[in-house]
Amino acid sequence: MDPVGPPLRTPLFDRHVAAGARVVPFAGWEMPVQYTGVLEEHRTVRTAVGVFDVSHMGEVETTGPGAADFLQRVLSNDVSKMALGGAQYSLLCREDGGVLDDLFTYRLGPERYLTVTNAANHAKDLGWLQQHADGFDCTVTDRAGDFAMLAVQGPLARETVQAMADKPLPGKFTAEPRTIRGHEVLVCGTGYTGEDGVELLIRPEDAVNVWDELMRRGAAPAGLAARDTLRLEVCFHLYGNDLMESRGPIEAGLGWACKEDTGFIGSEAVRATREAGPAEKLVPFVMTAGGLARQGNPVVGGGEVTSGTMGPSLGVGIGMAYVPAERAAPGTPLEIDVRGKQRPAEVHTKPLYTKENA
Amino acid sequence: MADASYPEDLLYHPEHDWARIDGEIATLGITWYAQDALGEIVFFDPPEVGTTISKDAPYAEVESVKAVSDVVAPLSGEIVEVNTALSDTPEKVNEDVYGEGWLVKLRLSDPSERDALLSQADYVATLG
Repeated sequence: MDPVGPPLRTPLFDRHVAAGARVVPFAGWEMPVQYTGVLEEHRTVRTAVGVFDVSHMGEVETTGPGAADFLQRVLSNDVSKMALGGAQYSLLCREDGGVLDDLFTYRLGPERYLTVTNAANHAKDLGWLQQHADGFDCTVTDRAGDFAMLAVQGPLARETVQAMADKPLPGKFTAEPRTIRGHEVLVCGTGYTGEDGVELLIRPEDAVNVWDELMRRGAAPAGLAARDTLRLEVCFHLYGNDLMESRGPIEAGLGWACKEDTGFIGSEAVRATREAGPAEKLVPFVMTAGGLARQGNPVVGGGEVTSGTMGPSLGVGIGMAYVPAERAAPGTPLEIDVRGKQRPAEVHTKPLYTKENA
Repeated sequence: MADASYPEDLLYHPEHDWARIDGEIATLGITWYAQDALGEIVFFDPPEVGTTISKDAPYAEVESVKAVSDVVAPLSGEIVEVNTALSDTPEKVNEDVYGEGWLVKLRLSDPSERDALLSQADYVATLG
């Protein structure tokens, strides 16, 4: 699980350096955290189009007559509901419901699925999947080395990619191959910013060409720092912050991605928590009198902040925190202990950011 | 952000602060290097006026989107003014780090402490 050896570089590393990126170690990779500045990159994605190199994310392919049954056993969502070319968000849970990872799975063929993992969890996930595939008529293959991944996001993202593609792009929550600049690319109508856009899974050797053409068409590079502020404004979970093995999906507000009747690993624990009601819940919050809360800050009276920063589109400190369930209703005042200083916050509805409240 | 600059008329602390001394009052801020390393400043938490601060000890925090950083006092004394404009426009620290991006003004308790601060040339040399 821990990175061993020198940090990995994506096929676009030289492009990042040339673009002036600040490169940092992240989950065993050297990744661009920002280029011109996180606030500008954030605004570019909200108003135009930004491109994130997320090639550090992993991929696992599951194929065979038993692929659907196997994924139904390990993934929390109802895999049988995924049509050909469909995409589905789910959790990978332990028997006790603890969250091992959160994943998008794409159905590429009748018996062929591709699951995207978080970089820091990829080796763990792969081991878990292979270990539990015994008895199913399917093959689980590590494909992490076979793809670069670009997230093209923002109100102009689709038209930018469309102009490079051979056919109309797949819609939201679907994934289909397209030819882009002569390269076969899996185009996925997914993202992590709250904006429209696509994610492109590309052969590593084709990534630079696609990146360069996106830049030529006016897309701006955006770093992991902006990816984090964008996702937090729309309350998308970040594994390692808001999701962890010691808490379950119901606590995290991800009950919608759990279909216990499928009998997935962890379903009994999830069902028990759902029926009894969780002791704590993950809630979005805004700071009501200035200041920023950070991951690990205690909530006075119980709970902790799992993500916290400035919301650039909102102009206030925002975050998510686990709090006792009786204090999880929107409007509930919170006090957050920010390095010894108590700062007021308020539980907010999800998402924190919408086009209307910006 | 502007290009790197370190005015010659300021004194510097190795923890990336500057001081502009005018009689018994010093204006303090962080250096171009510090704001560049932090990235865009989104929050400044000033000390209260009247607070006594000590040379080499943290007296305030500046925050970027990604990180919180202590600001170290280059000199000792009593805070007589804080830059309240930064509560609405913390980005002034990036845009005008030696001007509108000043942080606090201090009444010096030991003016001889200035002798321990670095000249522009000596500070720039520490940046390597």
